[in-house]
Amino acid sequence: MSLHEILTLPFMQRALIAAVFIGLAAPAVGTYLVQRRLALMGDGIGHVAVTGVALGLLTGTSPTWTAVVVAVLGAVAIEVIRERGITNGDVALALLFYGGLAGGVLVAGLAGSGAATLQSYLFGSITTIDVTDVVVTMVLAAIVVLTCVGLAPQLFAVAQDQDFARVAGLRVRAYNILIAVLAAVSVTVAMRTVGLLLVSALMVVPVATAQQLTRSFRTTLTAAMALGVTASLGGLLVAAFAPPGADVMPGPTIVLLALAGFVVTWPIGAWLRRRQRLTAPFPADAGVPPLDHVDTEAHPHDHGPDCGHVAVRHGDHVDYVHGAHRHAAHGEHYDEH
Amino acid sequence: MTDPVHLHDGAVAIDGRPILRGIDLTVRTGDFLALMGANGSGKSTLVRALTGLLPLTTGTLELFGTPITDFDQWSRLGYVPQRAGAGSGVPASVWEIVAAGRLGRRRLFRPLSKADRAAIADALDVVGLAHRSRDSIARLSGGQQQRVLIARALAGEPEMLLLDEPTAGVDLVNQQALAATLAELGSRGSTIVLVAHELGPLAPLVSRAVLMRDGRIVRDGTPLADHGLPPAHHHHHEHADHPHDHGHAVRLSSPIEGGVG
Ligand SMILES: Nc1ncnc2c1ncn2[C@@H]1O[C@H](COP(=O)(O)OP(=O)(O)OP(=O)(O)O)[C@@H](O)[C@H]1O
Ligand SMILES: [Mg+2]
Repeated sequence: MSLHEILTLPFMQRALIAAVFIGLAAPAVGTYLVQRRLALMGDGIGHVAVTGVALGLLTGTSPTWTAVVVAVLGAVAIEVIRERGITNGDVALALLFYGGLAGGVLVAGLAGSGAATLQSYLFGSITTIDVTDVVVTMVLAAIVVLTCVGLAPQLFAVAQDQDFARVAGLRVRAYNILIAVLAAVSVTVAMRTVGLLLVSALMVVPVATAQQLTRSFRTTLTAAMALGVTASLGGLLVAAFAPPGADVMPGPTIVLLALAGFVVTWPIGAWLRRRQRLTAPFPADAGVPPLDHVDTEAHPHDHGPDCGHVAVRHGDHVDYVHGAHRHAAHGEHYDEH
Repeated sequence: MTDPVHLHDGAVAIDGRPILRGIDLTVRTGDFLALMGANGSGKSTLVRALTGLLPLTTGTLELFGTPITDFDQWSRLGYVPQRAGAGSGVPASVWEIVAAGRLGRRRLFRPLSKADRAAIADALDVVGLAHRSRDSIARLSGGQQQRVLIARALAGEPEMLLLDEPTAGVDLVNQQALAATLAELGSRGSTIVLVAHELGPLAPLVSRAVLMRDGRIVRDGTPLADHGLPPAHHHHHEHADHPHDHGHAVRLSSPIEGGVG
């Protein structure tokens, strides 16, 4: 099948639209979760949402909406447990996670729906979504993205320094709950694409990849969203172009693609950080008299752009890092700096 | 004019344990108040109570004439916490942290105005970190990070600044720069409440020294003549005008937690 043929299939078009919106929304919320060191919160919400899906199957209502309601309740509960700083809060969270998952599987069994139905929510089935699903996905994801980007200064400050944000007059608790609710909404939106058990990966992995290369919050947020879209579109297309007979599921493909991005970026980031550390200018203070003039010992080697020694700016000249020494040219010889 | 701070008979408890008791403190416009005392004497707790971060168990607190429960003019207040919160999971640039200082003045969903940007740039200049504004805060030294927090408070252009040990870990040159800035703010009528163990270059600015011990205010008056410091543990002074001061000096050297009162 050619690319053109694939892109004209209606179910594929729906899937592509959903992938774009989810690819943007999940990492947008994920950035705030990672900033708060709550990278696993998406996972927890995903587990709780399983019960929501099962309740939908049992009662015959749309599993998407019951999942949204249960996920929001679960997210707020997690936030309250976290805020109270209840001792062993992580144990309380674990109880919630496993309770949600076990309850969901049990209730789904009672509902008489087979393992396959539940599996499409656990691991995603983006190619089976209908028009209503796409519209709901677009609306909810757009709300998530607009809030995450529009309220970025406030949400950033609240997560960065809670006390300072409170003294600046921000309603810290309201913003904390808002993040929890946004996380719950994007988990349920993404459940159709990558599935409840993998959604956290799409929220967290693009952020982890982005921050290998970034120095500010804004660029991390933007880069994570770009990486999220790339991974979800790419994963979908890879799955679509899989040779006939090979059953490549889009959900896991998207997550593996995002992880591949991290694996490729990590060494680059490590190398860049090392490079930056080595070449950051040495502090030069005009007000402080220079140290005593010390010549290097006999120096057979000429430092220059290609001499292999790291050149570091130092005030108005360049020091060459030569072993544990810093050599600066001075007339015919080198000084120790 | 209404006083920036009016605290009457304030008490603060943390986890049910009384920490501050019987605090009466009025800070007048233009005061340069130094809050001093041993480790654990309750200085940070008092500052946090004044910002509304810790609720009073008894007593009344008014900020700029408004009871703290109704107070909403937060842009009039600037706060430099004692230490930066634990680092966050995502990089944040120096500029972004300082920009957060403008939040009290910004409306929701609005971009930064020209005035916002100018105030942020000024604040970065004052603490001498303009050239590092694009760096991630995690790559700065402890003293530089402290200066970022000072810049964040200055960026909000507050009428009253509450600084909790702003100069801890900051080198002399930058302490002098901070002193110059605070002197400038003071001359424009700003009110400053400062917690410090060593006043250093800030000493000449202090107009009022408040000494705390074990959760109470034990001395409130003009700074002492020598170094402008209240009695340190190796000094023995007689102060005719503050007879209750006598003899605190020795006990001040060890943190007094619990036991008394
Ligand atoms: N979060 C807390 N939980 C329990 N007790 C606390 C807490 N914070 C402070 N305290 C107690 O309150 C008392 C006053 O602490 P505070 O931090 O106000 O002291 P400080 O005067 O600022 O000391 P330092 O010079 O070390 O900054 C101490 O006895 C301390 O043990
Ligand atoms: Mg303190």
